[in-house]
Amino acid sequence: MSKAAAQIFKDEPLASTPFALGHAEANTCTTQRPDPALARIHLQFEGLGKTYRTEQGPVHALHDINLDIRHGEIFGIIGHSGAGKSSLLRTINRLEQATEGQLLIEGQNIAELDEQQLVKLRRRTGMIFQHFNLLSAKTVRENIELPLKVAGIPRGVRRRKVDALLALVGLYGKSETYPAQLSGGQKQRVGIARALVHDPEILLCDEATSALDPETTQSILRLLQEINQHLGLTIVLITHEMSVIRDICDRVVVLDKGRIVEQGHVWEVFGRPKHNTTQTLLAPLQHNLPADLAKRLTPQATWPDDAKVLALYFSGQQREPDLAALSNSLNGRVRLLDGGIERIQGHAVGRLVVAVEASPFTASELVQRVQAWVDRAEVLGYVAVV
Amino acid sequence: MSLLFERLWQGLLDTLLMVGLSSGIALLAGIPLAVFLVTSGRGGLFAAPRLNQLVGSVVNVFRSIPFLILMVALIPFTRLIVGTSYGVWAAVVPLSIAATPFFARIAEVSLREVDQGLIEAAQAMGCQRRHIIWHVLLQEALPGIIGGFTITVVSMINASAMAGAIGAGGLGDLAYRYGYQRFDTEVMLAVIVVLIALVTLVQFSGDWLAKRLNHR
Repeated sequence: MSKAAAQIFKDEPLASTPFALGHAEANTCTTQRPDPALARIHLQFEGLGKTYRTEQGPVHALHDINLDIRHGEIFGIIGHSGAGKSSLLRTINRLEQATEGQLLIEGQNIAELDEQQLVKLRRRTGMIFQHFNLLSAKTVRENIELPLKVAGIPRGVRRRKVDALLALVGLYGKSETYPAQLSGGQKQRVGIARALVHDPEILLCDEATSALDPETTQSILRLLQEINQHLGLTIVLITHEMSVIRDICDRVVVLDKGRIVEQGHVWEVFGRPKHNTTQTLLAPLQHNLPADLAKRLTPQATWPDDAKVLALYFSGQQREPDLAALSNSLNGRVRLLDGGIERIQGHAVGRLVVAVEASPFTASELVQRVQAWVDRAEVLGYVAVV
Repeated sequence: MSLLFERLWQGLLDTLLMVGLSSGIALLAGIPLAVFLVTSGRGGLFAAPRLNQLVGSVVNVFRSIPFLILMVALIPFTRLIVGTSYGVWAAVVPLSIAATPFFARIAEVSLREVDQGLIEAAQAMGCQRRHIIWHVLLQEALPGIIGGFTITVVSMINASAMAGAIGAGGLGDLAYRYGYQRFDTEVMLAVIVVLIALVTLVQFSGDWLAKRLNHR
């Protein structure tokens, strides 16, 4: 067995990994594992930029990117299309060359790698794609083993490795089918198996779930999460869907026009989006005020006993909403009209809309009084009590 | 009747020899040429835009010369290669030279249709350029290349009829000299029937193979 082949099998137990796919409790895991934000730095972007020269002059695809991604982290990059996320992801395996600044992987500046070292870097870096990019002329097995084959790994070793990976991604028995006969979710599982075949330390996901239906998206996200935990690899993913970030990422950066406009823990960014782009990206996930309520809402009180409608925001800084305390501080009959609280990385994030009747306080006084129990409160208006 | 059969048989053998050899050479030379045309363009795997343009123009020159004229123009070259400018073997030279750029352009189209994402995926998994050409470009384009080769063979059957002008024989020559010049309708019809059978067989086999290899 060659040296390279021996290395492939350093993780022999992969095949017998005791977790079963499909019924892992995806969301509970995040709280149990150690905070990856405290781990060693894996990828370090230092003033990285990418400028294309075109006939109309230079185009800045990426500008002054400063970023640390840590070992074992699931790191999200989000932005609208054309924001530069795809370019940023591709600088990690040098499918795109940065023109300014540098990227260090484990302290190594990857711009200095020669052709052979670059091939090695790419073998340590798996990548999956929105449209899967499987070879149609090859069977599932041939697709997964191709990276090993071109690396000169002997046939028997390849066989065992592919069998182990097929079991890992839940495609046992599909090895001799062609990709065209598989569903989208199955194709992405083949893509994941292929990306993992060299036991990479980094997995890059390029809109990996954007071509999948919601249910399949969930199962692929769960698989990525399991891989992250059991194989301990660092995952960098790009997406334009905030829900993907919410479901599996630890930290996130928001890109806009090639610049980082916001970054932090996912719960922080969700709880308190600062930049405009973040807010528009979050909009599809947020509850708007129900139409019937919005219609009845008036900016000024028409009658003195009109109910005051407040929005109470929880950005995960505090504990979960304390209903008794809220009710006490608002001092009246408090009705919950709308809203919800989500748990993101163990933090309670969300918004509650309440109507306060028969309270001796004015709306702005109510906002003052409730301040201690919420992250932020605002007056939405008044509704007549029927 | 037996004389007709004998002539037909001889003509068929000559045609098969000319077409088979020249198509074989076109296959061996045309695929590397097509790969070169695809990969040497701007931003390609082996980018060499100047050379790409030069080779592209040479291909176009050969593609634009009518076969009859090409054949005559190449007589000195043919004599250099096979020692004679007359007969079946002499016809193989101009036929191959006409077929290669023809087939290369058709194969080029199939190679260009290979999704850029597949090349990117191959690079991302640590494939070197020769791996990409073999595992991605050629294998993904194979059904299209086979379809293109079928077209090339059929058009070579056509062109080989003109090779009679340099005494190469073959079915086309038979039909022309006996059927057209001597008003022997029987020979002409017989040749046409054999040609139809031949072209049908070639097309059918090509389609069958392309379909078998297409897993899309």
